[in-house]
Amino acid sequence: MQTIYTDVLVIGAGLAGERAAIEAAQAGFSAICLSLVPARRSHSSAAMGGMQASLGNCAKGDGDCPDVHFADTVKGSDWGCDQEVARLFADRAPIEMRQLAHWGVPWNRVVPGKSMYFKGGKQFEKEEKEENRGLITARDFGGTAKWRTCYVSDGTGHSVLFTVDNVCAKLGVEVHDKTEAIALIHDGATCFGCVARCLRTGELRVYLAKATTIASGGFGRIYPCTTNAVICDGGGHIPAINTGLVPMGNMEAVQFHPTGIVPTDILVTEGCRGDGGTLLDVNEERFMNIYEPEKQELASRDVVSRWMTHHIREGKGVKSPYGEHLWLDIRHLGEKHITGKLREVYEICTSFLGVDPIHQLIPVRPTQHYSMGGVRTDKTGHAYGVRGLFSVGEAACWDMHGFNRLGGNSLAETVVAGGIVGKKIAEFLQGAEVTFNSSVIDDEVKRQHERIENVIRCKAGTENVYKVRQAMQQSLHKGANIFRTDAGLTTCVAELQEILARARKVGLKSNGLGVNPELSAALKIEGQVKMALMVAYGALKRTESRGSHNREDFPARNDRDWLTRTLAYWKKDTDDLPTLEYEPATNVFHIPPGDRGYGKSEIIKADTPAATKG
Amino acid sequence: MARALKFNIFRYNPQDPESTPHMESFMLDETDAMTLFIALNRIREEQDPSLQFDFCCRAGICGSCGMVINGRPGLACHTKIKDLPEEITLLPLPVFQLVGDLSVDTGSWFREMYDTTESWIHTKKAFDPAAQEERMENEVAEAIYELDRCVECGCCVAACGTARLRPDFLGAAGLNRVGRFLIDPRDERTEQDYYELIGNDMGIFGCMGLLACEDVCPKHMPLQDQLGFLRRKMGITALKNFFGK
Repeated sequence: MQTIYTDVLVIGAGLAGERAAIEAAQAGFSAICLSLVPARRSHSSAAMGGMQASLGNCAKGDGDCPDVHFADTVKGSDWGCDQEVARLFADRAPIEMRQLAHWGVPWNRVVPGKSMYFKGGKQFEKEEKEENRGLITARDFGGTAKWRTCYVSDGTGHSVLFTVDNVCAKLGVEVHDKTEAIALIHDGATCFGCVARCLRTGELRVYLAKATTIASGGFGRIYPCTTNAVICDGGGHIPAINTGLVPMGNMEAVQFHPTGIVPTDILVTEGCRGDGGTLLDVNEERFMNIYEPEKQELASRDVVSRWMTHHIREGKGVKSPYGEHLWLDIRHLGEKHITGKLREVYEICTSFLGVDPIHQLIPVRPTQHYSMGGVRTDKTGHAYGVRGLFSVGEAACWDMHGFNRLGGNSLAETVVAGGIVGKKIAEFLQGAEVTFNSSVIDDEVKRQHERIENVIRCKAGTENVYKVRQAMQQSLHKGANIFRTDAGLTTCVAELQEILARARKVGLKSNGLGVNPELSAALKIEGQVKMALMVAYGALKRTESRGSHNREDFPARNDRDWLTRTLAYWKKDTDDLPTLEYEPATNVFHIPPGDRGYGKSEIIKADTPAATKG
Repeated sequence: MARALKFNIFRYNPQDPESTPHMESFMLDETDAMTLFIALNRIREEQDPSLQFDFCCRAGICGSCGMVINGRPGLACHTKIKDLPEEITLLPLPVFQLVGDLSVDTGSWFREMYDTTESWIHTKKAFDPAAQEERMENEVAEAIYELDRCVECGCCVAACGTARLRPDFLGAAGLNRVGRFLIDPRDERTEQDYYELIGNDMGIFGCMGLLACEDVCPKHMPLQDQLGFLRRKMGITALKNFFGK
């Protein structure tokens, strides 16, 4: 058995993980990132739109500052976020954008002079100041008061990830790609690293570390229709859940993106609407201007997705063999803009749909997009429940997004939180003394070997892993989607419990030798169903509507009873339901709960949400 | 009527002592808007769960799914079945180490390339968190991004005559990387530094000018122009060195 030691082990090599590893490396610690794929293929690369930071350099961002960014973020979260964390984030974001510029990100820059822009299909004029020439510019995104989203053409995530991975290469941060963490090594109090499976040979390996960080991104693949990459399957969360000690925060908070293309659910960026794209119905008429006269197409994602679903239910959807959808119209932006600033969108439409967006409408529907929930951590990124375990990025519930995150805030979170948490990890390592107990390591390795043996030899049964996975996805799709009800969620939980029993009986059809993909799927199916149950059961118990969590039977946001964060534990391996606990959403209120200004909804007020100054 | 598709797929699992390299056929009915991503996943889920291949973003962004499709390297995710004949032959990318079936190890190759080309900004300036960012003309930023768009799928390397002959050749992807830093005003490396990096047969002078790299690049990178630009630039540097100026 190969055993590898490092100061910091990061599970995931996307932006959040690598950014945290850089902080540790700069402080003189060794760092290794494990990744299913070469680092630059991580899903961070797919985020086209941009990163929010209140630099305020562009004309439409004039007067922007961290306070305004903070307020937008809290409103966007529907007051579900930890306000201390949102504050840390908003304050640090502009500095991080400059840090990235220093490392080599080719941010788009301010070009002085007059230019035209579209909003809600109408054309307006703006003038950029000469004094700001060459500073980092920004574009418009949903749910924000100012133009604040820094971008690199249509490939922000790609370009930033390449830059950050370059810095890792320079600093000697190792990336062990084609490596999958399958279990954490811990003694019930402290985490010592993980057992991983090599996806070049299929062999198991032990990684020992003083600090282990989960930065494996979202878990959208537990849904059937998602914009997420194939690797975003919750594989990084499962080892934490299986400790029985680490809670997942707000798993019911799942964001649906308004514009996934039909049928492949590939995302087309918010930038389309930010730059003036409009949504049309079966009659090729706009509708967002009726539902949301103020923000129109640029209301926050949960609001736009909800109105789209509502509009389809009203009979205004476009029928297709893949179900009903609506149209995204960017034709009026013109060929130059579409093949320039929106080139990726143009390529997606032509390559995957055979649609030419310069002359044709793009078929879109809301599709699973982002997991606000994840490994619950404190504001330093330290996970609840186990010492020496951290989490950062989409994998974590740090929690600056609450029940809905804004476009451009997640990509920014990866690097901003990566920097903040990475620094805290380095502080944790200063003088940290860890004693590795060999029997704890050996026991975990033995357990994993046995698990693999049992699945290969069909010891527990011969359930087909792909069929079980499909059943789980369909159940969530039906029961825990944009609109939720008591009846739908009750059925969903019951179905998932049956599916969990089947997941425990999965056995392989193939021989399981080497890098067997059926074995990879089988090793995580039970954990995925546990996560699905955390989503559905958390949603069932939360009898209110907040952000992306919409209960048709409880349409009001209930600050009196539900200004809380759900903590879902899987306490015993044999349990067939998660254990739910709750904590206050935030300990500090810089902004007391109020109206978001969009997405009209009733609010049941808390008795005394004391506004404290921070 | 839906076509009956025949896939001939390269099979070999190096970790299975009983496995030998061979071709295997699978039949599949064509469906609407089918891509190789959809087809290969159906084959794995319905016919042979051990079939190895790599997909990640399935949207042409991450570069995971390079393979040889009917004789030509390309990304499987954005290959539409309706553009292909009924018989489809799939092979793993050459040059890269085989992991199994259609899966190859591009990660190790590219990581070595980062080290060889020192694929990062070289600057003596320290970052000052309190200072405003250094200014840059938007046109310069866009020109850098144009060369930063490479997704490292490896198609250009797999299609390259020199790369098939010399394992240490940087390939269009590696040379383009050098070109990206060469035009970046933040990088303080001199022409002489770059010459030491790529002014040899492992670098720009190894290129035979066949230019299949440009033909197969799924991101339509301007590789021909890049290779020409670097060859001229390095040629001039070589002459300067020769005449001592």
